[in-house]
Amino acid sequence: MISATIVIPFLTALIVMAIPRDKTTVAKWAAAIAAFVTIVLTTYMFVNYDYQKGGFQFVEQYPWISSLGVSVKLGIDGISAPLMLLTAIVIFCGVFASWYVKDRPQEFLFFLFVLVAGVFGVFGSIDTLVFFFFYELAVIPMYPLIAIWGSTRKEYGAMKLTLYLVAGSVLIWTALLAVYVASGTNSFDLEVLQKVTYEPWVQTVFFAFFMVGFGVLGGLWPFHTWSPGGHAAAPTAVSMLHAGVLMKLGAYGIIRLGMVLLPEGAKFWLPVLIAIATINVVYGAISALAQKDFKYLIGYSSVSHCGYVLMGIGTLTVIGLNGAVLQMFSHGIMTALFFLLVGSVYDSAHTRDLNDFGGLAKVAPVIAIFFALAGLAGVGLPGLSGFVAEFMVLVGTFQTYPILGILGIIAVAITAVYVLRMLAKVFFGPLNTRWVKLPDARRAEVFAMSILGFFLVLVGVYPTHFVRVITSGVAPIVTRIVGAQ
Amino acid sequence: MSWWLFIPEFLAVILAFAVFGLDMVTPADKKNRLAWGGAIGLLVIIGVVVAYWGQTPRLYKELFYLDNFALLFKVFFLFVAVVIILSSLDHARRFLSHLGEYYGLIILATLGMMLMASAGEMITAFVSLELVSFSFYVLSSYDKNNPKSGEAGIKYIIIGAFSSALMLYGMSLIYAATKTTTFAGIFAALQQSGQLDFGWVLGIILILAGLGFKVSAVPFHMWAPDVYEGAPTPITAYLSVASKAAGFILLVRLFAMAFMPSVEAWRLLMAILAVATMCIGNFVALRQVNIKRLLAYSSIAQAGYVLVGVASLSPSSPLASNAIMLHLVGYGLSNLAAFVCVIVYQNLTQKEDIADYAGLSRRAPFVALAMLAALFSLAGMPFFVGFISKFYLFTAAADQGMIWLALVAIFNSFISLYYYLGVVKQMYVRSPEEPGPLAVPALINVILVVLVVLVSVIGIYPEPLLRAIGAASQIFIA
Repeated sequence: MISATIVIPFLTALIVMAIPRDKTTVAKWAAAIAAFVTIVLTTYMFVNYDYQKGGFQFVEQYPWISSLGVSVKLGIDGISAPLMLLTAIVIFCGVFASWYVKDRPQEFLFFLFVLVAGVFGVFGSIDTLVFFFFYELAVIPMYPLIAIWGSTRKEYGAMKLTLYLVAGSVLIWTALLAVYVASGTNSFDLEVLQKVTYEPWVQTVFFAFFMVGFGVLGGLWPFHTWSPGGHAAAPTAVSMLHAGVLMKLGAYGIIRLGMVLLPEGAKFWLPVLIAIATINVVYGAISALAQKDFKYLIGYSSVSHCGYVLMGIGTLTVIGLNGAVLQMFSHGIMTALFFLLVGSVYDSAHTRDLNDFGGLAKVAPVIAIFFALAGLAGVGLPGLSGFVAEFMVLVGTFQTYPILGILGIIAVAITAVYVLRMLAKVFFGPLNTRWVKLPDARRAEVFAMSILGFFLVLVGVYPTHFVRVITSGVAPIVTRIVGAQ
Repeated sequence: MSWWLFIPEFLAVILAFAVFGLDMVTPADKKNRLAWGGAIGLLVIIGVVVAYWGQTPRLYKELFYLDNFALLFKVFFLFVAVVIILSSLDHARRFLSHLGEYYGLIILATLGMMLMASAGEMITAFVSLELVSFSFYVLSSYDKNNPKSGEAGIKYIIIGAFSSALMLYGMSLIYAATKTTTFAGIFAALQQSGQLDFGWVLGIILILAGLGFKVSAVPFHMWAPDVYEGAPTPITAYLSVASKAAGFILLVRLFAMAFMPSVEAWRLLMAILAVATMCIGNFVALRQVNIKRLLAYSSIAQAGYVLVGVASLSPSSPLASNAIMLHLVGYGLSNLAAFVCVIVYQNLTQKEDIADYAGLSRRAPFVALAMLAALFSLAGMPFFVGFISKFYLFTAAADQGMIWLALVAIFNSFISLYYYLGVVKQMYVRSPEEPGPLAVPALINVILVVLVVLVSVIGIYPEPLLRAIGAASQIFIA
């Protein structure tokens, strides 16, 4: 079933390219149907994941490169199950968000679906080489997607983003090889590698490699600078996928490879990580305060919110890690909604300067409602997904590093300031006469917004299954590290 | 007499002279027939070579090996030669004269490489290497109307002769110490004496220098960019793919079969050579404006990756020799695809600067796509063979305890992404200067389809090729 979630997007990419160029609507529907199938598959796996049993489930294994001891081994656990679902939701909405792309739409969908196949592959693989294969596959399509279909300084933004991320994977690749050799197992299988106890120097040195390498993609300060510019340059669906899903691969990699393989290294470095993550949270929020460009504002808010994810990881408590993974899901949905809304406004207004707007709620009520919903989730209003996730992260932080917890709370307050100020500036107050004829969100976009909004509320009011599944994934990791005295 | 072991080589000689001979009776406007005849002949020889698979006969006391390692690369060289001949058709008609000799010399160079792959002794190796070199001296200066081509020929012959002399001197020093020229004999002598005297070391270094020229390893790489730029583009492609691979398989045979007992003495030297080659190739490539010079420096860098593999050779593990073979084949196919794109674009527009590729994706979508696949493969991106082969190479380095070398190599691979993406940017992001589709010949499209399919299929499922490579690796394991 996991192999299907990887193969379907990939086949879709090929099918979309094979459809004649004058039949773009057919291609878009093909993409939408394929994305819907992945939602069905991932929902099925998420709902049927047996959290009492835990561990990897839905496991599949195919031989691949026997002389290196590599097989395509797929499976999901409590951490990857919700993230697979997240990916499917975001790509489904991403297809509708790109419904109105005019320049070479089929090529656009091709790269988008290759990227998604890569992301599913990362979340679904147990073999570390296969993991890395898909990781790189997910990063590379970003370059053409941004450079061809982007906007503001697109060539620069695309190149900077790609080089940062690939520089990160230099460290990941090296660390993978080091672990492989140090284990002496002649296997890249995560379940084999994690049974080995590595020498202390291997643990400390290469956990740092994993932490920084994945941290680049996870938006870890000070390696986050590619992120706001990259998001500003990227087209809507790419921003949605990138901030919504791809950045989560970073934090996911730190947990999946770093903490699982090198527990002592994790113990050594996580206090550093949580300190940096706090900088992320506070610095991202303060920077967001100063932004005039819509997308930059959301970009910096992503840096801040991804900081909570890293903070939760750094607490090394079950509740903190649980919050971190839930925050990945929640922020993924929320930021996808944000970028979808901004993209919708930008498509018709052709400006993203916050000061240019005013009173849009009168002409575009749908956009205004969803914007308020996403904004309030970002602030952490109870009843929406952001509250549950950030609450858990902060509880974990207060248990371990109370001072950082206070800083985290202050950042929530700053978030409230910039979100509410943005809402006030753009949607309320007197209507700027320039925008009297501004159209509201188009049909396909409203559909995508409703789905994302639904999940924001769902996780907010009924997080139980999410929390149970995630706990079954993070608890063994925490026990192993804390127990590895 | 097991003369039948030489059948492929005999056939190649006959084919070359048949082309030379028929040239005299072929009218000037029908020279394409010679190319087709040559290509079909080479395909037949591939069939003959494949029939020997699985046997390991040796001829004349270890003088000539017909093991899987040799056979694998014979097939590879013949395949590359077919692609080169077929993609030369338009180019040769447009820019070159004396086409019969042109195609005949390509076949002769292929014959030299086939012999090199089988050589089990230093003089045989040297003579076959010279056959390859002399063919290329002529071929690289074949574009008589282009002064750069003449310059390329002169540079190549002077530096090539110099490097041959170095290598010959090195061989004589080794002979002086061992009283034998066969690889097996050298291996035995090295194992017995155990100790390296000065003559040995100097001999090994001189041979390494000589072969370093052939594979364009730093600091013996100076000729490559100028020759690559000046030579007719199909010949550049042949030089950078097959000639380089031939140099490397001789290097691997020498160091894995003859010099292996003293591996600890040359491993560090080889690693340093690898680091220098990768770094200089990649960093200088960053500044290139001509696509052929860019690919020249990129191929220098790729030679550096292969040297990482050579530095990781070990008598107990086949990882490094597997990786070298996989990378030579993978790099060869990817580079060949890139060069076929360069050839067709040059034929159609007479342009060869990177900036001239602006908007290629709109003018010739499939050529741009093939170039994209080739460049991503060279950069080591997943889905293409470059990813697997680099992963394999660097795993071999890490396996020999050289994680630092793996780190340097991975870092270099990252640097290279910048200049490969620079070409992708021109093709896909920039707008063309003069719009309008390009009329790409059907034959070129077929060749590109074959190459792109190979590059991606091996990238996704390398197991069949790796099984063949594993069988070829057997001879290097004690």
